Amino acid sequence: MKHLLSINDIDRDFALTILDTAAEMAKVTDGPVKKLPTLRGKTVVNLFAEDSTRTRISFEAAAKRLSADVINFTAKGSSISKGESLKDTAQTLQALGADAVVIRHPASGAAHRLAQGRWINGTVINAGDGTHEHPSQALLDSYTIRKHLCGGTGDLSGIHVAIVGDILHSRVARSNVLLLTKLGATVTLVAPPTLLPHQVEQWPVRVSYDFNAVLPTVDAVIMLRIQQERMSDLYFPSEREYSTLFGIDSDRLGLTKSGTILLHPGPMNRGLEISAEAADSEQSVVVEQVANGVSIRMAILYLFIAGSQESVNG
Amino acid sequence: MVNSILIKGGAIAGGSTADLLIKDGVIAEISPKIEAIADEIIDASGLVLLPGFVDLHTHLREPGRENSETIATGSLAAARGGYVAVSAMANTLPVADNSAIVEQVAAIGKSVGLVDVFPIGAVTKGLAGDELADLGSMAHSRARVRVFSDDGNCVSDPLMMRRALEYVKQFDGVIAQHAQDPRLTEDSQMNEGIVASTLGLKGWPAVAEESIIARDILLANMVGARLHICHVTTAGGVEIIRWAKAQGMKVTAEVTPHHLLLTDESATSYDPIYKVNPPLRTQGDVDALRQGVIDGTIDIIGTDHAPHPVESKECEWQNAAFGMVGLETAFPILYTTLIANGSISWERAIEVMSSAPAKIAGYQNHGRNLAVGEPAHIAIIDPQGRMRVDRALLASKSKNTPFHGMEFQGTVVATVFNGTLTHKVDVRSEKA
Repeated sequence: MKHLLSINDIDRDFALTILDTAAEMAKVTDGPVKKLPTLRGKTVVNLFAEDSTRTRISFEAAAKRLSADVINFTAKGSSISKGESLKDTAQTLQALGADAVVIRHPASGAAHRLAQGRWINGTVINAGDGTHEHPSQALLDSYTIRKHLCGGTGDLSGIHVAIVGDILHSRVARSNVLLLTKLGATVTLVAPPTLLPHQVEQWPVRVSYDFNAVLPTVDAVIMLRIQQERMSDLYFPSEREYSTLFGIDSDRLGLTKSGTILLHPGPMNRGLEISAEAADSEQSVVVEQVANGVSIRMAILYLFIAGSQESVNG
Repeated sequence: MVNSILIKGGAIAGGSTADLLIKDGVIAEISPKIEAIADEIIDASGLVLLPGFVDLHTHLREPGRENSETIATGSLAAARGGYVAVSAMANTLPVADNSAIVEQVAAIGKSVGLVDVFPIGAVTKGLAGDELADLGSMAHSRARVRVFSDDGNCVSDPLMMRRALEYVKQFDGVIAQHAQDPRLTEDSQMNEGIVASTLGLKGWPAVAEESIIARDILLANMVGARLHICHVTTAGGVEIIRWAKAQGMKVTAEVTPHHLLLTDESATSYDPIYKVNPPLRTQGDVDALRQGVIDGTIDIIGTDHAPHPVESKECEWQNAAFGMVGLETAFPILYTTLIANGSISWERAIEVMSSAPAKIAGYQNHGRNLAVGEPAHIAIIDPQGRMRVDRALLASKSKNTPFHGMEFQGTVVATVFNGTLTHKVDVRSEKA
């Protein structure tokens, strides 16, 4: 297993290995010396062709805690903004001796192109490609859910998770559907029909347009960010109506069972898909997700870079 | 100067075998045994002689995009594919929307001399959809344009489409519509369906094609005009055309070789070599398109040969160009998918590859029977021949074939255009 392009690249057991490894990494982070020598001498490039704050700094922190050399390559002010092709950028990174490239890109499939274009030898980690996938986000969401609801071990059998909002354009939703179901959870997608992918009935999920009816049945709720520009594309009539039907606030949180947790990949639109009260409630694990994100990304880098040496050579 | 060719022992139009003598550009004699002195003698035993192929949908890129293809390289690719006539789409730079450009394209085609190059005229100026192009001037120019298309773009304005259909009646023209509702396909990347949903690529709904097909069939019927639907890709589109034909409406339809073979599953690689407009659809659509060719709902095979340089495909899917080259692989794909398994006869193959496109476009010198006195346009086929597609060996200037590495049966071993060999492989060494 060399690249992490999609949740489809990992099986259930390896997903659990990543979660278990992340738990070990979290112990390091909580300890007095927040650094491991594991990736000393390795170069990790963060290739961010799309604006991102939390994912980029999360991967950067993860790589640094594993003692890797980190090169940040962002779209603004770089050759990417000058129209350089992905191929040329990749070959530049190859020449710099990148052992791994963490790529965030606005085009779906960009990570696949990078990994399969034979332009680069290193490991490719997909940090979000267009409206396709965001595997590390799904892993950190499952990690967070498992920690709260499953005692931090085993898979997610018996857990019911609602993913709410713009499923159509969400890479977080796609990766989460694949991973949560792989780990045995039940998934219900909640969205207006306009924001559900065509033929979603072929996905291994339930679909509901009635948020209130779903809320009492779930153990975790993942809220998705709604992009402001979707309104001009006629996906829903107004922000107000969207917020009323598909946003979460303290009233809706009151419909959940005790112990139901609330997740959001960020950045949140407070007052649109999530109210301030809900975001800051005791059920919200949004801030913890960020911390867990570093542990998960340490686990990913460790398993795919250090761990890949055997599989690559073998 | 080769003035005579004797082709010995080939199956004429897939029927009985005979010798065929070509002299001065025409078929001079067809007999069981011809003992004549000829400049060139071809042993065609085991081979099949078909009327040379006619493509109604070819992007030759000249003028303006000569880095992708030129009339010369495209003509050679056509000859390799058994073609003797191609129809140069109007989306060049500048657009072929006036008599000067279409005459230039025709003149260059003639000077290259490997196939007849018939320019297609734009329907609207600059393909912009706002004003009618100089339809009459192009029709009355030396290029004698009869087929008009904004291909690449849809003539989406219903009033513009109605006027165009009506107007070209005066010179028995035909509008070849690229059926694609632009509003339903903004930024669309691939067939809308489960594969696009999973890949996170913006969907291109079948209804965007079918709604325009239905609208234009009704419009053409109302004004009594001829309508040709380019590259049909959906089962629904086939069904609408089947209905229209059953009503006796004047509509003809085309399918590309790639839509007869490939599906949207190819996109899971994210390799834009599979990115094409209209997009690859589902297996159900492929099956319906094949059935359409079999039962006559679909009239012709059009290649939609669309060359693009390497850099237009060696990138992210959403930034890549739409299109595939197809002239050199069209017949082997037809043979492999529909002829070899007996789904269609040689007679039907001749219709879809030669006589029907010639008739739709009014190319009177083409698509004719192989008979004494007829122009010598012949494709010589080896039904047992095998072709492993190698993009490096394509004559086309661009190498954007999705078929690289695939093997097909039924190869074009020689092409005769106007009594001249424009393509010939060494059959014996190929078989060895």
